[in-house]
Amino acid sequence: MTLRIQEPRAPQLADAEAVGGPVPVASSPSPVSTVRRFLTGRGSSAMADSTFRWLMLACALSVFVIVALIATELVKSSQLTLAKFGIKFFFGSAWDPVSENFGALPFVYGTLVSSLVALVIAVPLAVGVAVFLTEMCPKSLRGVLSFLTELLAAIPSVVYGLWAIFVLVPLLRTYVDPLLIKLLGWTGLFVAPDFGIGMFAAGVILAIMILPIISSLTREVMTAVPHAQREAVLALGATRWEMIRMGVLRNARIGIVGSIILGLGRALGETMAVAMVIGSSPTISKSLLAPASTMASVIANEFAEAADDTYRSALIEIGLALFLVTIVVNVCARLLVWAVTRGAPARVT
Amino acid sequence: MENRLKKSAANRHWRWFANHLASVLAVGATVVVIAPLVAIFIDLVYKGASSLDLNFFTKIPAPVGETGGGMANSIVGSAVLLGLASLLGIPVGIAAGIYLAEYGRGAKLSNVVRFTADVLNGVPSIVMGIAIYALLVAPMKGFSAFAGGVVLGIMMVPTVARTTEEMLLMVPHAVREAALGLGVPAWRSTLSITLRTALPGVITGCMLAFARVAGETAPLLFTAFGNQFWSMRLDQPISALPLQIYVYALSPYDEWHRLAWAGSLVLIALIVISVALVRYVTTRGTLKGAG
Repeated sequence: MTLRIQEPRAPQLADAEAVGGPVPVASSPSPVSTVRRFLTGRGSSAMADSTFRWLMLACALSVFVIVALIATELVKSSQLTLAKFGIKFFFGSAWDPVSENFGALPFVYGTLVSSLVALVIAVPLAVGVAVFLTEMCPKSLRGVLSFLTELLAAIPSVVYGLWAIFVLVPLLRTYVDPLLIKLLGWTGLFVAPDFGIGMFAAGVILAIMILPIISSLTREVMTAVPHAQREAVLALGATRWEMIRMGVLRNARIGIVGSIILGLGRALGETMAVAMVIGSSPTISKSLLAPASTMASVIANEFAEAADDTYRSALIEIGLALFLVTIVVNVCARLLVWAVTRGAPARVT
Repeated sequence: MENRLKKSAANRHWRWFANHLASVLAVGATVVVIAPLVAIFIDLVYKGASSLDLNFFTKIPAPVGETGGGMANSIVGSAVLLGLASLLGIPVGIAAGIYLAEYGRGAKLSNVVRFTADVLNGVPSIVMGIAIYALLVAPMKGFSAFAGGVVLGIMMVPTVARTTEEMLLMVPHAVREAALGLGVPAWRSTLSITLRTALPGVITGCMLAFARVAGETAPLLFTAFGNQFWSMRLDQPISALPLQIYVYALSPYDEWHRLAWAGSLVLIALIVISVALVRYVTTRGTLKGAG
């Protein structure tokens, strides 16, 4: 990596001249030299330096403050339901604001299933894209394609939602869903009635949204595999696919798992696009074509109309659970990716 | 013997087949991934551009049933929110990055800070939204632009801090030593020599964070809340482009759908331009290969 450095700016040069210029022999009999007088006259920089240092430290520590603040606020505001329902909150499937009976199971189920659908669709595609971009793609195409996949990550969630409502859902309803009902109807996962909106539509839009993350991280991990590995496998007479399978994917597998978990973390917390197409129904149904709700989408859809304290507290408790789950998932993923990209050389087993 | 030969031939054919199958699948996957992107952009340009006119940029939303109207107040509202967020998030983020790169090298504390920043980056935005609701909106008894700015600012901190750190780490030690050797105080050397050298990269990080929060809707739902009218006051609900798109997309009126597409086009144009600019700066700018 080359680095061009800009010229130091003028003020520093001026300072230097003032200090390093010809030092006249003290005209007065005082033993204090001009240099010393100049320096003491400007005061000590020790104070400014330590102040600056503490200021920077305070800003760095603000990250902890933010996390702590989020956690305490969420716990404080969900006291009501935490005390009333306890751990049963997450195993009850009743969601009845009128009689103040709350159970979050349908939303936990919705979050898990929609993320799972998204992963099932996104992971093979993301690994395929990463393989193509790192191992097969001509150099000229690589830049353009990776820019395009990055762009996919830059589109706001609400725009995905808009597109999903007006383009994806009609597409699924007319072409994809009838096919799935015909082919996979026997599993019970795809049964009519089909409104277009529902768990499956949410899963598909989630897949589109987490693809760029998984594929760009997978690409990073695959590029980190040393070239000697590839050459060694090729030298044994392997085809290109065998080289990718044995030389690259096997060495990168821990990092790939890490990137998948990171994608999962994103999918769990994704709100707007899901809230717009999932159909918002606090029910658990086996069919993926039925409307459902996720933890994030129920907060987005119902928080504004939650007038009484218990209702609001229940929604905040769901947020707290989401916070804890995504933290655990992210910590796992970061540890895995970190272990691969900056840790010991990949082991061959 | 013959049997074994046959087996080996079959094996060779299988390997040839598997190799080509894998290539085809990889190319196919890439096409399948690029297709929705192209589709989204075509739809956005096609549906958005056809309903984009001067009114969109100059008028506030029209009442239900009337045609015309625009999103001028949302565009200004987004600008206010993002300005507030940048004012809060960028200085704190850069300072945190400076600490990590200049003072905290190898220290345990900085590893923990780095890790926490990464984790904070993964916290769902809606959770941030309800936390700030509990912290600011509920005690102040009202949705406010200030709360919206705070939540977006907080979301900018981790991204800005991590990219600033990475960029500062790329500045060679000799530069710092030269500045200190000239008698420049350490804080001054950090700000006007080290940070200045890494500036293009740091700006890149800020722009990326900016682009990310520019499209955020979920944290604004319960903080900035949205507003159908002109409002510039920080203690009142304020409109934002993503919020307005959300409201219009879920409405049953064709006229509003049209405006939602136009709004999305404007939002995407803003984000894509800033991302492309960032890419241009990082590949052509002073810090070559910093991306």
